Order: sequence, then C-alpha cells, then structure tokens
Amino acid sequence: MRYLPLTSDDRAGMLAKIGVDQIDALFADIPSNKLLHHLPKLPLHKGEIEVERLMGRMSSRNVSASSVPFFVGAGAYKHHIPATVDHLIQRSEFLTSYTPYQPEIAQGTLQYLFEFQTQVAALTGMDVANASMYDGSTGCGEAVLMAHRITKRSKAVLSGGLHPHYVDVVQTLSKMAQAECVALAPDGMAHEDILSQIDNTVSCVVVQTPDFFGNLRDLHAIADKCHANGALLIAVFTEVMSLALITPPGEMGADIVVGEGQSIGNALNFGGPYVGLFATKSQYVRQMPGRLCGETVDADGTRGFVLTLSTREQHIRRDKATSNICTNSGLCTLAFTIHMSLLGQVGLKRVAEINHANAVKLANQLSAIKGVSVLNKSFFNEFAVRLPGNAAHIVEQLAARQIMAGVPVSRLLPHAGLDDVLLVANTEVNRDEDRQAFVDALKEII
Amino acid sequence: MLNRQGRPTIPGDALLSDHPTFTGNKALSQIEPLIFETGRLETTGVDYEAPKPFTSRLGGLERKSEIGLPGLSEPEAMRHYVRLSQKNYGIDTGLFPLGSCTMKHNPRLNEKIARMPGFSDVHPLQPLSSVQGALEVMHTLSHWLMELTGMDAVALSPKAGAHGELCGMMAIKAAIAAKGEAVTRKIVLVPDSAHGTNPATAALIHFIVKPVPVRDDGTVDPSVVASLAGPETAAIMLTNPNTCGLFEKDVVAIADVIHAAGGYFYADGANFNAIVGKARPGDLGVDAMHINLHKTFSTPHGGGGPGAGPVVLSQRLAPFAPVPFVRHTDDGFELVESEAEAAKHGADAFGRMTAFHGQMGMYVRALSYMFSHGADGLRQASEDAVLNANYIRACLADLMSLPYGNRPCMHEVLFDDAWLKDTGVTTLDFAKAMIDEGYHPMTVYFPLVVHGAMLIEPTESESRASLDLFIATLRDLAMAVKRGETERFTGAPYHAPVRRMDETRAARSPILKYTPPQPIMQAAE
Repeated sequence: MRYLPLTSDDRAGMLAKIGVDQIDALFADIPSNKLLHHLPKLPLHKGEIEVERLMGRMSSRNVSASSVPFFVGAGAYKHHIPATVDHLIQRSEFLTSYTPYQPEIAQGTLQYLFEFQTQVAALTGMDVANASMYDGSTGCGEAVLMAHRITKRSKAVLSGGLHPHYVDVVQTLSKMAQAECVALAPDGMAHEDILSQIDNTVSCVVVQTPDFFGNLRDLHAIADKCHANGALLIAVFTEVMSLALITPPGEMGADIVVGEGQSIGNALNFGGPYVGLFATKSQYVRQMPGRLCGETVDADGTRGFVLTLSTREQHIRRDKATSNICTNSGLCTLAFTIHMSLLGQVGLKRVAEINHANAVKLANQLSAIKGVSVLNKSFFNEFAVRLPGNAAHIVEQLAARQIMAGVPVSRLLPHAGLDDVLLVANTEVNRDEDRQAFVDALKEII
Repeated sequence: MLNRQGRPTIPGDALLSDHPTFTGNKALSQIEPLIFETGRLETTGVDYEAPKPFTSRLGGLERKSEIGLPGLSEPEAMRHYVRLSQKNYGIDTGLFPLGSCTMKHNPRLNEKIARMPGFSDVHPLQPLSSVQGALEVMHTLSHWLMELTGMDAVALSPKAGAHGELCGMMAIKAAIAAKGEAVTRKIVLVPDSAHGTNPATAALIHFIVKPVPVRDDGTVDPSVVASLAGPETAAIMLTNPNTCGLFEKDVVAIADVIHAAGGYFYADGANFNAIVGKARPGDLGVDAMHINLHKTFSTPHGGGGPGAGPVVLSQRLAPFAPVPFVRHTDDGFELVESEAEAAKHGADAFGRMTAFHGQMGMYVRALSYMFSHGADGLRQASEDAVLNANYIRACLADLMSLPYGNRPCMHEVLFDDAWLKDTGVTTLDFAKAMIDEGYHPMTVYFPLVVHGAMLIEPTESESRASLDLFIATLRDLAMAVKRGETERFTGAPYHAPVRRMDETRAARSPILKYTPPQPIMQAAE
C-alpha cells in the first residue's frame, strides 16, 4: 500500500520490541466480542490509475460552470481565480501545516492570517476581523449568539432579504439555544418594514446587503433605531466582491459584519469549503467567536505573530467559551488573502465594476423580453426576474440547452409563492455571447 | 600558470550562525515584511479592461471611502507567499507527532481529483440533473462511513469536527424533545479528559455540563457514570479511543448505563483513526459520532482548516438528521433540501447546519483516500498507527514517565511531566527544544487530566527509520535534561525563524490588524 511505509519485517521487529507477539495484543482493550475479525464489506485497495478513473467517472457526470454560459449565484459565485492562488495554497508548508499553536514554526500561517484580518476589516469598514469562520451562514449564526451575549437579550429579527439557508441556520441554532428568532417574510422588493420590529426587547437585527434578491439596502436608519433601543445591527453579505463598490456596512453603522468570502480566491466546490468573514467593533472583540491572530515580539524583540485572546476559546474555557468553534477555514483564508493581495484595491474595484456592468447589461436585455421583468430597483451583480412561467421548469429547459440560467427562488423558498422568480448572477467570466445565448434561448422557451 | 589554490570548501569560524548580515536575512531564512509595508495602493496583479460607460444601478449606495488595500504584481506575490511558507512546518517537512490531531500523510492524488472541474467548478444550486456525479460522491461516501462505523445514517453537512459535535448533540436534543422530555433532560456528562469542544458544544445549545472524573487508569468507570446518570441525563459525550490514548474498555457498559437512564451516547470520533476496520462504534452502543475527515481520512489540515465533520447516527437518531441529505431513487440521486420535503420521506429533520451541502471538496478527497486504501488498507493503517505509537512508548518508557503505566496504548502515547520534576525544564521547554531538532512538538498540556501532558501521535505515515531517529532524538533530549543542560531547553528554540513569542503582550494590548505608522507631526515654527 503506497501510503504505508512499514514493511512486514518492520512490523514483526517492532512487535518484538514492544513485547507482544501479534498486533491484536495492542487492541486488547476492545471487548473481544466487538473486535472485528473480518474486513469491512468494502472493496480492497486500488492504485492511482483506478482511483482516478473511478472518481473521474463521477466528475464527468457533472456540468462544470466553465463549460457553459453560467449565471448561477444565490450565495456562491463563479469568479476567475488567478493561477497563482491555487499554486501557492498547494505549497506543502501551507497545505500540510496545523493550526499555528507553535508560533515559532508557524509564522507563515500567522502572518497571512494577520494580513487577512487587516484586509477583511478594510473591506467591511470595521475595526477588527477574526481569522475566519466555516462559511457565511455559520458565521451568521455565531454573530447572532454573540449579539445575545453582548446585549444579554435573546431575540433576533431576521430580514426577509436574508439568504434562506442563513435563515434556516440561525433558526436551527436559535431553537436549540432557546433563543427567539423572528424571521420576516421573504421580501423580493426590499419593501419590508424592519424598523417597526425594533424595540428594547430585541438583541439584534440581521440584514443582508446585497440581499438574497440582489437589492442593495441602506442600513443607516436601521442602525440608528437599533442603537436607540440597545440592539445591535448585524450586516450580512454573500457576495464579498460587492464591498468594493457599495458603502461598506461598517460605515452604515453595523456592529457586526459577517459574510461569505468564497468569491475571492475560492472555487465553487459544490458548496464548500468556503470561508466565513467576521468583523466587529473593537469594544466587542472579547465576545467574538473564532481564532484571532495578533502581533507581538519574540524573546529577541523581533516582530512576530501569535494566536491571541484564546481565553475566549473552547480549548481554554470549555463550557464557558464564546463558541465551540475550533478550526477556521485556514487554506480558504489563504486563497482569499492571496487573491486579494493580487487584486489590491484597484483590481478589486475594477473586477467589481465589470461584474456590475455585466449584470446591468443582462438586466436590460432580459427586461426587453415581453413578459419578463426585473424586480430590483438596485443591484450589484445579481438580480431577480419574474418570468412568465415556473422558473424551475424554465431553468431545467435551459439546462437541457447547456445554459445555466440561475437559481429559481422556489429551490430555496418552496412555499413563498415566488415560483416564477429567478435569480440571475453575472460576473467577470460572463461574455456578451453568453448573455446573448441565454436571452435567445429564453425567448424561444417562453 | 593555473591558480592551484581553489575554492575553500571547509567553513571557517566566520560562518557561525550569529554572524550578522546587512539584510538581517540568514540565507534561506528571509525576513518578510507585511504586504501593507511593501505593496502599493495603485498596483494590481490582475489585468482587466475597464467596462464601457454604463448607467449604474447601485441605487445611490456607492462606496465613497478608499478601501486602502495595496496590490502586488504576480512576481511580488509569489515571492511573498513562498517566503511565508518557508517559515512554516508541515507534515511534508518532517515528523509531526501532534497527538489527537492526526497529522498523517496527505496524498496528492486527492488534491488532483478535488480539482477536477466536475468537482471544483460546480455550483451547489445547479439543477440536480447537472450534478448527479457530485451527489453520487456524497452517497458513496455516506455508504463507506456507515459501513466502517456500523451506523444507520449519516449527516454529511457539518463543516468541521466541532460543528459535527453540534450536529450530533442537536439530533439528540431533537430526539429528547420528540419524546416530550426537553424540559427535564438537560444534563450532559462529559469526562474530564474530553476535548474542550465537547463541553463548549453542549453549553452552546443550553445543556448543563456535568464533569465525570476519570479513574486512575485513565478511563471512565461505568459505575461512576451510573451514579451520575438519571432521568435528567440527556447524553454522555465520550471520546473513544480517549484523549489519553486509551480505548475505553468499559464502553459497552457505559453505553448500557446511559441507555438505561434514557439518555444518548455521543462519541467524539476524533480518534476513530485508531480503530477503523478493527471495531465499529455502532457495535459499541454509540448513538452519534462525528468523524473528522481531516484526521482519519487525511484531508489536509491547511494551517487550521477547512475541516469536515460528518456525523453518523444510530437508528434512534437517524430520523432527526438535518437537511440536506441525498436519496438514491430509480431516477438517480436526489437531494432533500427542506424540512417539509424531509417529512414527506418520513424524516423529522431538526433543521439545517449550514448553507448548501457541506464540504464537498473534503468529501472528494476523503473518498479518494478510502478508494485508495480499500477495506484492507484502512485496517492496515489503523494497525500501523497503533503499532507506531506503541513502539515509541516501548522505546521511551525507561526515560519518560507514563501516567497510566507501561501498558499498550492506541494510536497515541501519553507521557506526563513527572520525569521533569525538579529539573528546571517544563513540558513547554522540552517541546520547544524539539523544534531545534527539526521536529514539530507533540501536543502539550492536553489532556488536562494529566500534569504537563505530552501526547505523541506518530500516525501510520512514518517509516521505522523515521521513528528510530525520532526516538533517538527524544532520548538524547531526555538525557540532556537529566544531565542538567537546562539552557538547551529554557531558551529554545534557537534555530527557528523566530525565538519564543511573548504571548502575554499579544493578549494584553491586542494588535489585530496593520495600522500605517502615523506621520510625525512637525512642531509649529
């Protein structure tokens, strides 16, 4: 077996040194009637060629985003990732290292985490960011619990523009943690009245911008009313690239900003692994979940970095910890920070402009089709269109023509009465001919 | 006439390591500034044409502030991150005996396969007809996990081990609620030897944690569990093999006690890698167990993630599994994504753990690992991991102290610091001296039930020659401790890119991001 260096002779010699005559003597603590004496009912080992063939067969049964005109978003986005990113994250010293608990031999990881935290704080317009969460949705759940700790209240109000999966994650966590969670009805036009929901029993209000339907939300008034009532505003995004063009939540008064960082550096991967971004104000840092990297000096006075404020964390505080989270999204964080460093503010802004320009083009093209209307007043790179028919059926018909048109809202909100609404995303990878193919095919179908 | 002098090949005294350099670099060991100190705000490492003028639809919410982040050209970026990588220790650098973390070899075939476009470049919300192969991966992985654990169902979506714990405990909470016992069953028993995540998870969803003392042999005593269990007991969270590197020999009795009290048995599967193919948690009375794909099934640790923590569930808990889950029907694979839809299939899903379907990139790698090893290779890997740990134990038992006596361990061997008493060297010092010898330290000060713990997990990836050198090194260090060469330890590491870090300073006044130096104010004339 190519991954196991020990030879039969090695094993025999080592057993002799240990002083036992057979391997099962080392498993003697397993009750004898529970020790397996036969192999599991699974195939035997395989060489690289066979494994690659088997997995390749499964891979080939999927339609990859790059192979077709592709407009699917709703919380995960197809962007171009520079070749440098994937090369660098496969460096052994990054790929096969552990959580940097031994800082003297993990300065590489620690320094990029420090750089990552700085980048996330700048993008979100917040004071501090942590070293990442599993993804945007779990980060959102953690943000709500953090708000409860800070306000010592337990009622969250979720905007109807929050991604439905995020709503589900927060509701599941709230139900289990015996906290109250008021989820407003799905709101495709950003018409909801959040302000009337805010009073002095509310711990936090969770608002996504751009929201699930693509609308941009002005958070100023919500932040003001939250603060007047002792509540916190949690701002959520699922498309981090939007932060290059729109007013960052931190400048609109958000207390915690959390979102999905996949769009920078990370492939679609059928939903994971992704990277949750989590930022807040300085005064709340000790209530933050997750790892934090901080600057310090070594015994010689040389600058270096360490994991810090660990007294918040489970390995020190156990049942008094701010969260049970242990890992972050290490390598996805690295991919994010490398891509972000290549972009710089200039490149990020440019790519974001292309995203927006492409989305505007397609919105104009689709609105021109009889029976099709764009619901949004504002959007970044994704918007909602009302179709003259069931969106899921139309998406299937377009998929049969090798066009991935977007996400039917009914896929995530099956009972919201929005069966004719489709979410359409455009990024820098979509060309004019992709849009034209989409528009032509849609015209034929409807 | 030729100069016969030649190039000097014997280093002289001048080449000693404390010789200062102009740059501060030491050959391959380079000082690397932050990107914010070298990058320029106007630079970018990507080439995109500006879009043609168009009417913005941003609704008046345009960003007006500068982002303030510099960019790097591609060569600058390459050099920055390559230099950073050279300050890191990875599995591929050397032996990484980090107990409980399972730093085994990461096969590169799995990286290659995870990058196949059909896996890396598919969106979680594409039509299901266009992702049948991805769903097949999830279905096949579930099958292998259920077969290896002897359990009835699996929830794939948890993003990491601790997230898997949360999922398992939520399933237990849902099952308790379904029986109408939500108000009464609040207590979760957690042995003192448990990972910190266990009590943190239980507390997160408002269970009350009651510690279970560990008996003198490092394992849990079922009679102690019996004395603590009752009608208010929701569950026990037991790691098996436990964090002392020992198999809980009374695990079946413990399961019986908990079940008799009406509670559930949550197993922390962090150490499942010791018993794959040797025993099945389902046969031991386990109701829920998370599996760290990044430990047992070798998906890369990546400097602290991403992990993946699928949870296997017993028949009693299976109906409560969260969405989404894959079903195999005559028409192919389908994905059940909502609780309402789950109910149509007779399930009582407790909710959702995460957006989308979990860590697909890790499923692919773990499944490749499983296919490569097969049933025989997986069992052999467990046996070799246990053999390697015991070999280290046998070779160090005369010099270092074993808190539970010189008896067989599982895949990791636990020493304490009794042998360091009155030497002036602590566990931490000893660990830091290992760095100078080219090793990553073992896990230190965990588990908490042992004083000055040193938990060594060599994994099955080490050859005998590698183990022998590691053992010889630790013996040399141990002898140096006994000879009183304390400076070799208390000042260590001497040869790492940086010396020991001031962690107190970092926590006292936290600097968590880069702030540009303020320009020095000119005094008014």
